[in-house]
Amino acid sequence: MTLAGTVIVGTGQAGFQTAASLRTNGYQEPVTLIGEEPHIPYQRPPLSKGFPLGTQDRESIDFRPAQFYADHRIDLITSRRVTAIDRSARQVALDSGLRFSYDKLILAVGARNRLLPAPGANFENVLYLRTVDEGVAFKARLAYAQNVVVIGGGFVGLELAAVASSLGKRVTVVEALPRLMSRAVAPSVSEFFFDLHRSKGVKVVCGAAVSELSGVNRRVTGITLSDGAHHPADLVLAGIGILPNVELASEAGLPTSNGIAVDEFLQTPDENIFAIGDCAEFPCAFAAGQRLRLESVQNAADQAQTVAATIAGRREPYRALPWFWTDQFDVKLQMAGISHGRDQIVIRGSAESRKLSVFYFKQGRLAAIDSINRPLDHMIGRKLIAAGTPLTPEQAADESIDLKKLSSKSQVGH
Amino acid sequence: MPKVIYVSHSGDRKEIDVPVGTTVMAGALKNGVDGIVAECGGVCMCSTCHVFVDQAFLGKIPPADDTEEAVLEIAAIERQPNSRLSCQIKVTEDLDGLIVVMPEKQR
Repeated sequence: MTLAGTVIVGTGQAGFQTAASLRTNGYQEPVTLIGEEPHIPYQRPPLSKGFPLGTQDRESIDFRPAQFYADHRIDLITSRRVTAIDRSARQVALDSGLRFSYDKLILAVGARNRLLPAPGANFENVLYLRTVDEGVAFKARLAYAQNVVVIGGGFVGLELAAVASSLGKRVTVVEALPRLMSRAVAPSVSEFFFDLHRSKGVKVVCGAAVSELSGVNRRVTGITLSDGAHHPADLVLAGIGILPNVELASEAGLPTSNGIAVDEFLQTPDENIFAIGDCAEFPCAFAAGQRLRLESVQNAADQAQTVAATIAGRREPYRALPWFWTDQFDVKLQMAGISHGRDQIVIRGSAESRKLSVFYFKQGRLAAIDSINRPLDHMIGRKLIAAGTPLTPEQAADESIDLKKLSSKSQVGH
Repeated sequence: MPKVIYVSHSGDRKEIDVPVGTTVMAGALKNGVDGIVAECGGVCMCSTCHVFVDQAFLGKIPPADDTEEAVLEIAAIERQPNSRLSCQIKVTEDLDGLIVVMPEKQR
């Protein structure tokens, strides 16, 4: 018999969903949810979309009202950092000095912003975006900014560039690699978004590194790039990726690499400790078992539900299909599957029509789809990939073939 | 303030005042209505806020756009003609008394 229950470290999407799903699954033991931030759990995606744009207010981004946690007997502890795991005693230590015992421990510790290595990066108007406090700070400064420079042409950087541009700011995006979002999407998708941003008046510079930020009185006034070009700036936003928070796990002797290493059950070698979400590196069923670390709502929420089911007594491997989205201006890009390692790309639709999907094949099998303004391709694509329904590159490219009919006999893996 | 009546799969009813301009999904989340998960936060990516809209109100709600129609294709419980995503239903004075029935499961 025990009264320790489950302790969840991290109040992001993964931590919140684990706590909620444990209760949905009928788990009766104590649930303790511990986070460093001084807020009840909230959604991060709106921080680079509707929140700075002004279409979503602060309250609307909370997952649930504060009362939810009491109603579901979730002991929510905010503003506290877990400093150590004592695996033999099955306890975690908090920076307050308190210790909590656990039967099961979930590390949903997330990631932190990669910091800009350039000289001048510590000016007070050089910002990052991951937490709601950073989101509030960005929104406040954006209101008074005229020249916004976004460093990093990934999802967060481009979403914020689109927001700033929509609010009438002069915006420059600087990307070190030769094309936008290059880690995630095919060249044709990068080109589409390059053209989109340019058509809205955003300056996009690819293949250029930041040499220096210059300013006066602790405030940045401009940046100089590796090609020698200078761009004026009264607000700089660096969206250059995140680093997984592996230290708590590694100091407890758990294996880490590009994330906290877990197996297909999202379990560390210590059977009482799981890791999920942005911080976890797991064998991905949709990448031939290759170990990946994914940064997405889908990954966090689905991994949370897998672990919650396992702890509630229905042990199951993690097998959910990865999906993702980004909103930039009036365009939604939807992604399904894992496109790394593709050997063939087929396009359905066209950039001219502003509706296109890119189908990624690996050894003749559909591995991933990126859809621009073709939501049905995305949703049907999720079914096709999850079920492993055969689809040839020729069928994918042929718009007269109804993908929905092909998928009608297959079941969706959410 | 318009009332929205949330009916669970097993028939439990909850009447909630939902402010005009907010969504049927948000009204559920704020007031502890189980049965709407809203995993993606209301951006038409996940189908976990699926509801069946009472026939009397169907005509008072603007029709689903292509994105919503696509998402309904992956609903955990097969979509019906009166299926909608509650994140896409904005509450208006006209919708006072709206009845939505939640499916047996959302995932």
